[in-house]
Amino acid sequence: MTYAMMFYETPEAMAERNSDKAPAYWAAWTSYIDSMGKAGVMKGGQGLQPPQMATTVRLKGSQRLVQDGPYADTKEQLGGFVTIDVENLDQALEWAARSPAASQGSVEVRPILPPPPAR
Amino acid sequence: MDPNAAVDRAARASYGRLVAYLASRTRDVAAAEDALSEAFRLALETWPSAGVPLNPEAWLLTAARRKLIDAARRERLPVYLDRPDSRNFPDERLKLLFICAHPAIDPMARTPLMLQTVLGLDAQRIAGAFLVSPTAMSQRLVRAKQKIRDAGIPFELPGREHWAERLEAVLEAIYGAYGAGWDDSESNGLADEAIWLARVASSLVPDSAEALGLLALMLHCEARRPARRGPDGAFVPLAEQDVSRWSRAMVFEAEECLSRAAKMDSPGRFQIEAAIQSVHTLRAATGSTNWPAIRTLYDKLIDYAPTLGAFVGRAVAIGELDGPTAALAELDSLPEERVSNYQPYWAVRAHLLAAVNAPLAAQAYSRAAGLTGDEAVRRFLIGKLGNCV
Repeated sequence: MTYAMMFYETPEAMAERNSDKAPAYWAAWTSYIDSMGKAGVMKGGQGLQPPQMATTVRLKGSQRLVQDGPYADTKEQLGGFVTIDVENLDQALEWAARSPAASQGSVEVRPILPPPPAR
Repeated sequence: MDPNAAVDRAARASYGRLVAYLASRTRDVAAAEDALSEAFRLALETWPSAGVPLNPEAWLLTAARRKLIDAARRERLPVYLDRPDSRNFPDERLKLLFICAHPAIDPMARTPLMLQTVLGLDAQRIAGAFLVSPTAMSQRLVRAKQKIRDAGIPFELPGREHWAERLEAVLEAIYGAYGAGWDDSESNGLADEAIWLARVASSLVPDSAEALGLLALMLHCEARRPARRGPDGAFVPLAEQDVSRWSRAMVFEAEECLSRAAKMDSPGRFQIEAAIQSVHTLRAATGSTNWPAIRTLYDKLIDYAPTLGAFVGRAVAIGELDGPTAALAELDSLPEERVSNYQPYWAVRAHLLAAVNAPLAAQAYSRAAGLTGDEAVRRFLIGKLGNCV
């Protein structure tokens, strides 16, 4: 089954990307992503720039509302996502627990939605 | 005594004994647990005003028994519940342990089932330790209890001929609980619970050398818990641990268990593993590690239980004795598909490579760091990785 793992990081953890802790931060993520690659489970994924770089769009009637940043200011922000192909949820959770985000923020694991049935 | 504290204490001390007794009479673990939790609720309601009864366990047993009878009547089911001597009712925990590890029970459910029925841990906490979702864990436990009830798994001690094999499954499951509690340096409490279970098992089966061996093994590992983290929370590997921070009381008890086990002249996997830890612990007295002894013990362990962990452990000893090249050859002989996600393999491989091939060592450190779920260990490995480049 394919699962998406969404990595939620605390602002402090995300700030490590641009601090003197950056080498350790990147080494942890690189090791983690590499080990999924070597185990042959990784399908794809991307890291994301911090929420300050986000822009949110919604339509109210015919009016476009464009807003700086994400709508709600939560404690943990989406820092990236990965899709993995494993046998079951237990295996997906095992990979999720190994991520650097699991010890500081959280990881949401969701099964990928299969394509809708053809008509 | 404060009534709430009295309920807490009774729950901790008597939960397993009460569930085991009630379930052994009805063969329905879930019903026994429900009745007991009703009894605890009643205790929390009445003890503050009526006072804590002289024998809280007997009080709880009577109350739970009444709840079970009420429930059975509501369902119009026959009840076979003898009126026990509530001050002196039989200890059926061993039967319950054996049932939890019955071959008919899903192996994945055995350890959680034991933790829940014998120790009273809730599904949420067990789910966290075993890294499955709480819903899935609850379902797993419910299915296992249904199976006990509906498949007619006997609430009896297995015959002597099945004894060794079944006791092994019980000990396996207890060790599984310890393993699940191991990662967390702050201990999620499961390690303590596992040690408690091993104490119960070895007191109920006093002539089992392996039960004592398991207890000794866990006590040796537990004795080092305070030394596994530095003051800043950093991971400290065994070789660098401050031996004065090892718990002497636990080491002493472990040694005592191990020598009692040795007198029974019935060696086994857990005793050998405990003996390996015992050799490591001797360093506190002698200042150095007897690697030849460790290697011999790993050879013996591989005869009994050729696990991946045993081979990796032996490679460490070979590395100390014959150098990294010999140890790496040993690691290379392990099947690739089995080691690809086995974190200790990569950590040991990296350690061995560090002396001979820095770029390959860096790759192995990265792999080991990527496979751990323990942040302190990850930081330690990434620190080592930094030294390789």
